[in-house]
Amino acid sequence: MSALFTPDSKAIFWNNNVKAIQRMLDYGYICRRESPSVVAIVHPSSQSSVQKFFYGPHEVLIPIYKTISDAAEAHPEADCFLNFASFRTAWETTMKAMEFNNIKTLMVTAEGIPERLTRIMVATARKKGKMLVGPSTVGAITPGALKTGNIGGTIENIAKTKLHRPGSAGLVTKSGGLFNELANIISINGDGIAEGVAVGGDRYPGSIFIDHLLRMEKNPTVKYFVLLGEVGGTDEYDVVEAYKEGKLTKPIVALCTGTVAKHLSSGVQFGHAGAKANSDLETADAKNKAMKDAGFNVPDNFNEFPVMIKDTYEDLVAKNQVSAEEISDLPEIPEDYSAAKKEGRVRKQTNFICTISDDRGDEAVYAGVPISSLATPETGYGIGDVITLLWFKKRYPKWATDFIETVLKTVADHGPAVSGAHNTRVTSRAGKDLVSSVVTGLLAIGPRFGGAIDGAAKYFKYGADQQLSARGFVNYMKEKGEPIPGIGHRIKSLKNPDLRVKALIEYAKANFPSTDLLDYAREIEQVTTSKKDTLILNVDGAVGVLLVDMWNALGYSDAEIDQMIDSGALNAFFVLGRTIGFIGHALDEKRLNMPLYRHELDDILYDVDVAEEMTVRVK
Amino acid sequence: MAQRGILEYDAKSLVTRLWNDYIGDSLICNFRSVLVETEDELDTAAKAQDWLNQPGLVVKPDMLFGKRGKNNLVLYKTTTAGDVSLADAKKWIHEKRINEIALLNGEKGWLRRFIIEPFVPHSIEQEYYISFRSETENDVMAISACGGVDIEENWDTVTEVFIPVLSEDKEAKNLILSQIPDEIQERNAVGTLAVGLYSLFKDLHFAYLELNPFVIEGNTIHLLDMVAKLDDTAGYLMQEEWQGIEFPSGFGRAGLTKEEKFITELDEKSGASLKLTILNPKGVVWTLVAGGGASVVFADTIANTWGANELANYGEYSGNPNTEETYYYTKTVLDLMTREKDDKGRNKILLIGGAIANFTDVASTFKGIIQAMEEYAPKMREIGVQIYVRRGGPNYEIGLRNIKTAAKKLKLPIDVYGPETHMTDIVAIAMEDANA
Repeated sequence: MSALFTPDSKAIFWNNNVKAIQRMLDYGYICRRESPSVVAIVHPSSQSSVQKFFYGPHEVLIPIYKTISDAAEAHPEADCFLNFASFRTAWETTMKAMEFNNIKTLMVTAEGIPERLTRIMVATARKKGKMLVGPSTVGAITPGALKTGNIGGTIENIAKTKLHRPGSAGLVTKSGGLFNELANIISINGDGIAEGVAVGGDRYPGSIFIDHLLRMEKNPTVKYFVLLGEVGGTDEYDVVEAYKEGKLTKPIVALCTGTVAKHLSSGVQFGHAGAKANSDLETADAKNKAMKDAGFNVPDNFNEFPVMIKDTYEDLVAKNQVSAEEISDLPEIPEDYSAAKKEGRVRKQTNFICTISDDRGDEAVYAGVPISSLATPETGYGIGDVITLLWFKKRYPKWATDFIETVLKTVADHGPAVSGAHNTRVTSRAGKDLVSSVVTGLLAIGPRFGGAIDGAAKYFKYGADQQLSARGFVNYMKEKGEPIPGIGHRIKSLKNPDLRVKALIEYAKANFPSTDLLDYAREIEQVTTSKKDTLILNVDGAVGVLLVDMWNALGYSDAEIDQMIDSGALNAFFVLGRTIGFIGHALDEKRLNMPLYRHELDDILYDVDVAEEMTVRVK
Repeated sequence: MAQRGILEYDAKSLVTRLWNDYIGDSLICNFRSVLVETEDELDTAAKAQDWLNQPGLVVKPDMLFGKRGKNNLVLYKTTTAGDVSLADAKKWIHEKRINEIALLNGEKGWLRRFIIEPFVPHSIEQEYYISFRSETENDVMAISACGGVDIEENWDTVTEVFIPVLSEDKEAKNLILSQIPDEIQERNAVGTLAVGLYSLFKDLHFAYLELNPFVIEGNTIHLLDMVAKLDDTAGYLMQEEWQGIEFPSGFGRAGLTKEEKFITELDEKSGASLKLTILNPKGVVWTLVAGGGASVVFADTIANTWGANELANYGEYSGNPNTEETYYYTKTVLDLMTREKDDKGRNKILLIGGAIANFTDVASTFKGIIQAMEEYAPKMREIGVQIYVRRGGPNYEIGLRNIKTAAKKLKLPIDVYGPETHMTDIVAIAMEDANA
């Protein structure tokens, strides 16, 4: 019988536990395995079909499967199943994995699987001749071959405790934490371990000390045994019997912990489910005595353990039964960036900068304000405040945020006939989803549709900055050959004013500290309306100039306001406001469930000539 | 998480509630039983349940311990069997609950719960025994025609039936039916009962179920005494079946303290493991040990060096708890530890121990410990606390460095060791310092 794992053992790993898998790969790498020890990951809820890992300095991909069957069938070379599922799923996944002939060794980490299910799992494993390690364990390690998940701890600890190459001790423990401790003691006082198993602290482990010791008896690399048991159960007696019967012959250092139990009230449950003596036989003292009587090297207490291991090891050296070779040159594993960064030993330049919000702490913040302290009405923050925090990184006074909200409400919709809303409806009727429909509406926003806010702000501000008279401004625009953005309405006039504009102006007059640009725009309006009645300051124009007045009053510099205009910040108010309308149109279409829209032919002027044939003309 | 005893009352409720599903209506079991803490509660119960007003009651403590008969803790007669009245029962409950009592095995404690049932006249020959327990590979049914208080002495009359854990229902049924002892008169009825109880034992995740004795009269079964343990890890599967059954603390142990309850709740919510048992709040040695295995070794070593009575608490945290969890865990221990000075004027010892962790992040778990230390430093300085640390594992260098720096800043005396020092050496070091 060989060791539990060989350098060719390959595992299917249930659960995408990136850290544990990476440790296995790192371990394989320093052991100079030919290929990674994990060949497949099973993770039903995983979105991706591969996961990146490092193998030494390079990256490798390990496939992720949704089911055990898929993984086992795709990887007939896998002989181990490492189950890192929670206690709720560990049972069914282990039972499933045992159905596959290629899976010979299974390991289950979950603690808290119901005992009956565990017993069914254990009995099934025995019936099918599978080696089951666990549940409730960190598993096993065969130095130089494979380790399961986290056993052995960090890669630095593995090197320090010589777990990367075979020593001469065969180690079995209940506890996973103490497994590491023992490996450390054995590396200090001996030459490390040849193989080791933590059988787990549950009441019904899949394999017990004797299963592993009998295998190790036949493994010539193992020269002596180290056993760490604990109060509860009778597994140590199997080992005692095996010595009496001569099935085990190698020297053994053994100790059972939990001698304290005799001093404690029977109500104390130790950390391990199995660590409770149900009869005198199961006490640590009784088991230690039985082992001592059978000739085991049993230390008086845990403090004596190192000395006893040292004596046993040195005795074997003296008898020339041990000659472990030291492999000193370990392949280097590059340090993980994340670990190095945590310790402040590396730095790197970032590719992105964010100055408006932060999701790294307990709670995401908008410009430093936690969401919970601005979301609900009693916080005094409205949607206008959220906009100014995220767009301008400032909290504006109430007159300004009220104005912003007024703007949004004013521009939210303008009926189904305007290009954006029409687009939205047509797209929605083509059967597209809400986002696609709304986006087609948004894509229509530009210089001709909705874009006049930007333009109005830009040109009126230019005129004011240049101190052009109203007439001079009109002439300037005329020379440019462009209509004045923000001026003109289809039907409204000075006599029949646009009430939306009226309301905006009244609000600004009542609440803004000053409205210089609005006043300038209204002077211009006087000039334009003298030419044509409907060339009034329209909503776009009013919004555009009032936003500039708002920023002026808030103390923004000319340069800052120009930058806002250039970056499209004014247009943004229209985009945001009108999105509300577009969503309304898209939802309306979904409700109405109208068929695909096809334009009436009689509404199209067809003027199609036969295409001209192009010929190559030699110059 | 493990096998936990439940009240006799709850066990009987559970079995009788599912009686028709498992045993069927060919046998009848009348569940007449009340559970009370005081005689006044019994009085209240008697207003709703008239049978309590008829003479012929049986009163027993329901405190998870056995051998109640031998301990003279079953009231079934004043002068003749079956003559116990409501007034007698109330008087008896009062007498038994107001004083601490000692059992034959030396355990001492208070009786806090009593179960009251109707007296069932029967002869000793009618008392049968049946129990089910779990072993690794088999469920074991033990059955005897000689049930009753002397079952242990009569163990040679017990037939044990080993039912392999992978048995199909039918195989199990045949095994059970083929081994009902000949001494049992009502073979068919007992067979039906045994087969049904076994299914219930299995399906409901019992770890142990014992009826001793039960009595058959015609087609009526009297469950005179019942003991049961459930496997509490199955709780998530049994929410409906168990109906929120409680796992009370046993005789001799007060209920969980507030602090123990707090940690139990923390543990239930966490993916990590957090355990705390207060052993002696006046003990001088307090532990904050990582790992189910290491915590036992530390407890052993402290008991060997300082004596078990000086061990203030048993506990462990493991499975990579987060910083917040270790903060609350540590805070709980530090709070208990700093409530009063040591009686003998000694410094208290705080052992922050652990093996070389496999995957628990030492730096982040220690961060929580440090936060709690910062909070409790003034109290710790006031009562005098000497700290000893030994730990290894992922990021242990940072963890050890941080705790050392923090303790120095807080003016708390501390000794810090890593994996180069044998795990439990800090116990001896602490002892030497204390004696110096």
